[in-house]
Amino acid sequence: MKVLVYCEHSNGKLKKGSLEVLSNCAQWGVETHALLLGAPGTLATLAAQTEKFAPHTVHTAEHSALAHYSPEGFAKVVADAAKSLGADALLATVSSQSKDFFPRVAVKLDTGMASDCTSVNVAGGKLEAIRPMYAGKCSAAVDFQGAKPAIATIRPNALGMKPEKAGKPAVAAVSCDPGTIRAAVKEVVAKAGGSGKTDLTEADRIVSGGRSLKNAENFKILEDLAAVIGATVGASRAAVDAGYRPHSDQVGQTGKTVSPTLYMAFGISGAIQHLAGMRSSKVIVAVNSDANAPIFQKADYGVVGDLFQIVPALTEELKKVVH
Amino acid sequence: MKIFVCVKQVPDTETKIKIAGDGKSLDLAGVKWILCPYDEFAVEEAIRFREKNAGATVTVVSAGPDRVAEALRTALAMGCDEAIHVAAPESADSYLNSKALARAIEKNGPAHIVFTGKQAIDDDCAQVHQALAEFMNVPAVTVVLRAQYGATIAVEREIEGGTIEKYDVPTPCVIAAQKGMNEPRYASLPNIMKAKKKEIKKLSMADLDLSNAAAKISYKQITLPPERSACKMIEGDPATAAKALVKALHEEAKVI
Ligand SMILES: Cc1cc2nc3c(=O)[nH]c(=O)nc-3n(C[C@H](O)[C@H](O)[C@H](O)COP(=O)(O)OP(=O)(O)OC[C@H]3O[C@@H](n4cnc5c(N)ncnc54)[C@H](O)[C@@H]3O)c2cc1C
Ligand SMILES: Nc1ncnc2c1ncn2[C@@H]1O[C@H](COP(=O)(O)O)[C@@H](O)[C@H]1O
Repeated sequence: MKVLVYCEHSNGKLKKGSLEVLSNCAQWGVETHALLLGAPGTLATLAAQTEKFAPHTVHTAEHSALAHYSPEGFAKVVADAAKSLGADALLATVSSQSKDFFPRVAVKLDTGMASDCTSVNVAGGKLEAIRPMYAGKCSAAVDFQGAKPAIATIRPNALGMKPEKAGKPAVAAVSCDPGTIRAAVKEVVAKAGGSGKTDLTEADRIVSGGRSLKNAENFKILEDLAAVIGATVGASRAAVDAGYRPHSDQVGQTGKTVSPTLYMAFGISGAIQHLAGMRSSKVIVAVNSDANAPIFQKADYGVVGDLFQIVPALTEELKKVVH
Repeated sequence: MKIFVCVKQVPDTETKIKIAGDGKSLDLAGVKWILCPYDEFAVEEAIRFREKNAGATVTVVSAGPDRVAEALRTALAMGCDEAIHVAAPESADSYLNSKALARAIEKNGPAHIVFTGKQAIDDDCAQVHQALAEFMNVPAVTVVLRAQYGATIAVEREIEGGTIEKYDVPTPCVIAAQKGMNEPRYASLPNIMKAKKKEIKKLSMADLDLSNAAAKISYKQITLPPERSACKMIEGDPATAAKALVKALHEEAKVI
């Protein structure tokens, strides 16, 4: 079975989510093919980064029109590569980019696609995928109905990084034609103070605050805690609507869907729309002054108390165990 | 100049999910249906465009069973001029819905801009915008926070970390709205009354030459998330509780 993995990269590094997918393919006993897209002369070092999971072949598609992201160009090159390889499955990590252009790939290949999966496996030469729906209120096992290739995008952290299986993949240059591109990124503007931090959707640890933080300045205590454990700060909609945090920090049904290993909710009541965005987190910690707050029904560990007292104490304790 | 806006009717966000007897579909009886919240931004954007461009008209399109007429009326009440109901089966997936929507729009076009939401909050696929654009062979930008309409459309799209990607998109194109693109208006009572009387044009799958078209994916089994084991409550004054919590995270849960 041939599995093609679209490997996304930024700033000269493969995305952790892409490596995660490759590491899982290495466990499935499939013929793994990695696909990289980029400007001419930029992909050799990236191809080398796949070695720890020993794909069969790394396909490098270099073209000046691929220097900047475009849904049309990327979709055409990925679809063409999947077709010429005869891939049985096509996988990618969920990201702003794959979310955007993979639906076009599916249409070009006239096949079905399961987006945002939380579990993907190969059994009996077939791709199996489970995807959450209704903001995680239920999960569905997908029937690809024999589609070739079966396409799935997989949430970061969902499969976990598997042990290394080093080996030297063959590197093959793909001759590619990005076709007509009518919409391409012409400028990228990073949010002030936002660069360098792991995005919520990729974060392995998240520290979130709600309305009860009372103002933007008070989020400093959550930022201090987050800094100790390398977490990203998130917020409830009430905190965002009150202007304490930007909308890009919002977790929930109309914000980001996250699935970190550790999610800590401080002064968040646990409204269904908030739970929708974080219920697939592995371990959930809730701190709330109200013992009856619904968040405790979804949490693994709970502390009833005043966050303004507990957060600083927690930060000090965490410093002792994190080195 | 024809502007289209695609809207999906979805269960209210508070809906409690029930799995049907077959184990692979949902029991939707008694569900309160709403217009998908992201699609409200799309409707608002379409109406604002028409208000600034004399001669433009806004047609709202929804694919699905008969109940979606209600969502179309909501969009008409907000200010859309015309409505089209594409009678797609409940089993239609993103692929089939996109194909049907593309054909319905082309039949009633030519479209100048097609607005959609960034994601329908029922199946959470986030596919129909780009898939629709691919079927129509037009460019698309998704998760759009801002659009300025000139000879081309200057669009800002939100990606990881709140970073903004800027595009200049020629028309015709598809634009998928992110929350915050605008402030959707409430329908006024007179407009709700007027919307009730407006005709909704119905297109069958046969009208779109899609009688034999089938969905590409379906679901074999739907399950509710496993219940989490009961929350371990950690007692004590803040310092004691903090110590115990960190110990549990470190030694028991092993996440720190
Ligand atoms: C269509 C729709 C979409 C929505 N989308 C989202 C979304 O994406 N994300 C989202 O989060 N919400 C969303 N909401 C809003 C959601 O319903 C809640 O209103 C919101 O999540 C509440 O935020 P909160 O928990 O911060 O505030 P509250 O519900 O006001 O809760 C504050 C909590 O803080 C506790 N508290 C107060 N003081 C302290 C203290 N000193 N120490 C410890 N605890 C304290 C209180 O006991 C309370 O539980 C949506 C709603 C709708 C209708
Ligand atoms: N059945 C449908 N009818 C009309 N528009 C739809 C339909 N399904 C999806 N859309 C549009 O496409 C967007 C993305 O939907 P989805 O791909 O289902 O997450 C939605 O916000 C709607 O604007």
